[in-house]
Amino acid sequence: MTGPEYEVVIVGAGPAGISAACVVAETGRDALLIDDNPSPGGQIWREQERHGSNWEAAHWLRRLQLYRVEVLRGATVIDGDPDKHAIVCETANSVSTIRYKKLILATGSRELFLPFPGWTLPNVMGAGGLQALVKAGMPISGKRVVIAGSGPLLLAVGAYLKKQGAHVLAIAEQASWARLARFGLGLPTQPYKLAEAVQLKRALFRVPYHAGAWVEAALGETVLERVRLSLSHRRWEAPCDYLAVGFGLVPNIELAATLGCKLSAGCVQVDPMQQTSASDILSAGETTGIGGVELSLMEGRIAGYSAIGDRLNAQWLFSDRERMRRFARRMQKAFALREELRHLPLEGTLVCRCEDVSYQRIAPMPGWRAAKLHTRCGMGPCQGRVCGPAAEFLFGWHCQSTRAPVFPARIDSLIGHKEE
Amino acid sequence: MSEPVYDVVIAGAGIVGAACAYACSREGLKVAVLERDFIGGGATAAGMGHVVVMDDSEAQFALTRYSQQLWQELASELPADCEYVRTGTLWVAADEEELIEVRRKHQFYSQRKVPSEILDSRSLDAAEPQLRTGLAGALFVKEDAVVYPPCVARYLLERSRDLGARVLLGKEVIRLDDEGAAFEDGTMMKGAVMVNAAGARAASLHPDLPIVPRKGHLLITERYPAFVHHQLIELGYLKSAHKSTADSVAFNVQPRKTGQLLIGSSRQYGMDSPEVDRSILSRMLARAGQYIPSLPGLSALRVWTGLRAATPDNLPLIGRCPGYRHVFAAAGHEGLGITTSLATARLLIDQLMSRAPAISSEPYSVQRNIAVHG
Ligand SMILES: Cc1cc2nc3c(=O)[nH]c(=O)nc-3n(C[C@H](O)[C@H](O)[C@H](O)COP(=O)(O)OP(=O)(O)OC[C@H]3O[C@@H](n4cnc5c(N)ncnc54)[C@H](O)[C@@H]3O)c2cc1C
Ligand SMILES: Cc1cc2nc3c(=O)[nH]c(=O)nc-3n(C[C@H](O)[C@H](O)[C@H](O)COP(=O)(O)OP(=O)(O)OC[C@H]3O[C@@H](n4cnc5c(N)ncnc54)[C@H](O)[C@@H]3O)c2cc1C
Repeated sequence: MTGPEYEVVIVGAGPAGISAACVVAETGRDALLIDDNPSPGGQIWREQERHGSNWEAAHWLRRLQLYRVEVLRGATVIDGDPDKHAIVCETANSVSTIRYKKLILATGSRELFLPFPGWTLPNVMGAGGLQALVKAGMPISGKRVVIAGSGPLLLAVGAYLKKQGAHVLAIAEQASWARLARFGLGLPTQPYKLAEAVQLKRALFRVPYHAGAWVEAALGETVLERVRLSLSHRRWEAPCDYLAVGFGLVPNIELAATLGCKLSAGCVQVDPMQQTSASDILSAGETTGIGGVELSLMEGRIAGYSAIGDRLNAQWLFSDRERMRRFARRMQKAFALREELRHLPLEGTLVCRCEDVSYQRIAPMPGWRAAKLHTRCGMGPCQGRVCGPAAEFLFGWHCQSTRAPVFPARIDSLIGHKEE
Repeated sequence: MSEPVYDVVIAGAGIVGAACAYACSREGLKVAVLERDFIGGGATAAGMGHVVVMDDSEAQFALTRYSQQLWQELASELPADCEYVRTGTLWVAADEEELIEVRRKHQFYSQRKVPSEILDSRSLDAAEPQLRTGLAGALFVKEDAVVYPPCVARYLLERSRDLGARVLLGKEVIRLDDEGAAFEDGTMMKGAVMVNAAGARAASLHPDLPIVPRKGHLLITERYPAFVHHQLIELGYLKSAHKSTADSVAFNVQPRKTGQLLIGSSRQYGMDSPEVDRSILSRMLARAGQYIPSLPGLSALRVWTGLRAATPDNLPLIGRCPGYRHVFAAAGHEGLGITTSLATARLLIDQLMSRAPAISSEPYSVQRNIAVHG
């Protein structure tokens, strides 16, 4: 296989990928950072390159420049051949094979969508998705927004939208107060997180925050008109312009799985050096488990040191990482999804949006593969990225089946990828 | 000995097992179907679903033509998700030499009353504008069709169930003999007649069956409605498909009802792993690109592989298994099992009922003297 070779190739330019690339480049080694977006930063810092306001993002993006990390933008890694230490990368008009000595997969996570009546109406969006649209310039000032789902992302999005002038009518957190209290008690040992939480609290001044509350339905003829929430033993219904839902995040493990990395509980399995089960392939950030920006940065640094064989510096960070992971595990427990959410879809509620497959057609199937083959659920352009995790939650199925191409790819990219 | 519980016990709920179950149930027989996984999850899920008349040999022609006619009868009752569409097949001739083959094929089919028509270079262009210009012509075989096999298998089993059949999923048969089907946990299901319809795994139940897996790759694209209109196959396919030695690829493109394109085909021996072989995939797609120049620009959604159950003479094994009195085989359908499933079921039920079949069942008998083909 031909193509340029780098000492370390990093896929995904979010916090984990950026910090890994910086560690490698600091030592003068050549690193290539690949991302399918036009600018580096990942889910959270993507807009920072153009109009940065976050000091931490600015710090890391500046370091990328300082160490002259080569960044390949708008390039999707669609396949690879671990035996040949090569990956296949598609851009708008070309395909290339890139070889590596070490590969770090930092492909991050995506939002978890769960179906409920009306979730496919226009203006019902993922919380992160709505935030991204607003960051990219969509006007939100004066619009009425309801935010529902679970986890700290709801607060972050609520605070952001309010700052942009949105009228946030309510934030509905499905976890109960009892669970949150248990989680809240742990906070004083996490000074940084606490500060963040307090900051958010100020930003969210006067925004009603309901725990033990969840969305029952989005209502409207052709577009979202009203939202109905279940608030501990009563119904709440209000007209609104946008409903932002976020039930948590799902690790993007498709590329890792295609390259033969072992998974456990839906995450890429790594050892303390962030090494996966596949030789010379490491992984860092939310691909290995949902844990937030700080943990992603930390894992990225460790993976960077590990890739260049610097055990000592990697080990130095283990205890910090362990503390963050413990915190992440506590968060996962606190925000565990409640049983009621499994019963939100009605018979006709779509579960697979690509192929318009309803709940009642999928429910009787014996498993995910049967559901795919017999109903076409998960067979559309997203290849089950959205409905797979939903079906996993709704029916307890194992919905993992990844194959190259990891993302839809031009046929010539699959032709070009051949032995010379 | 106690009475057998079932008249017919079928191992395998692929399209062949499903068709047999339906045929037997319609005769009023009490049928049980045992499937280790789920309905249509084997080769039936991997195949292209091209219902096609073939003329490799008289026996192959007889079976495919008979079966194709049975498909036409079944079509009217198939639900929409079975996606039956009579697209017809265009056997594409690249050059003058292949055009000679077009004429021979045309004559062969005309003599046997299979509607077909020769297209010259210009009418081929008009029929399929995406094909490269300058191709020599094609044979249009009009009654060939396309289906979505897993849903057909499910439909046939639902109908069987309506007629009293029992379908047990997640039930692996470890032994199939004159008594019945035996399971891992030591239990048994007794039957008067047992049918091995285990596809590429048939030989694991009856090692005497001369079946080996032949691996194939397929690719599905995003939706490009009306991009092509017929199942398109290069005539060279016949030359490449049945070589039992080397790996081969051929141009084979199918329009799906969804507007997607299904692109094949490849054949590899001695492999039974499901992994995608990147180099043969690349060859297969490059071949398709030689016929449809705009094809490499289309977006591919997914690639998969499947195993064809190949026999030495490329004909299926339908009939009593040697060494048994009550065990029958319905397996070894290679790349034509979707097409020939319905005829297979008819030949089987005719044997069970001691009736004269519509076509001679001799060429498919398990005990035939199998000559290596080609
Ligand atoms: C929609 C969304 C919104 C979020 N909003 C917030 C927020 O407001 N506040 C907050 O604190 N946290 C937020 N988070 C969480 C935060 O983004 C993560 O904790 C953090 O970004 C994880 O970093 P990472 O480096 O692991 O992954 P990511 O930041 O997700 O980076 C992974 C990058 O890899 C790219 N990629 C993936 N696969 C490929 C491939 N095959 N080829 C090329 N590139 C690829 C992705 O496009 C992405 O740019 C959000 C997460 C999501 C999913
Ligand atoms: C790439 C490719 C393309 C093809 N294209 C076409 C085409 O265009 N037209 C066409 O006519 N044919 C085509 N075929 C061939 C066709 O798909 C097969 O011939 C047909 O599906 C065979 O059906 P079957 O029921 O015999 O086997 P299968 O579908 O494999 O069914 C066998 C079933 O038996 C079950 N089973 C196995 N062992 C046991 C056991 N011990 N106990 C219980 N259950 C068991 C399996 O789980 C499976 O479900 C193609 C095949 C491939 C691979």
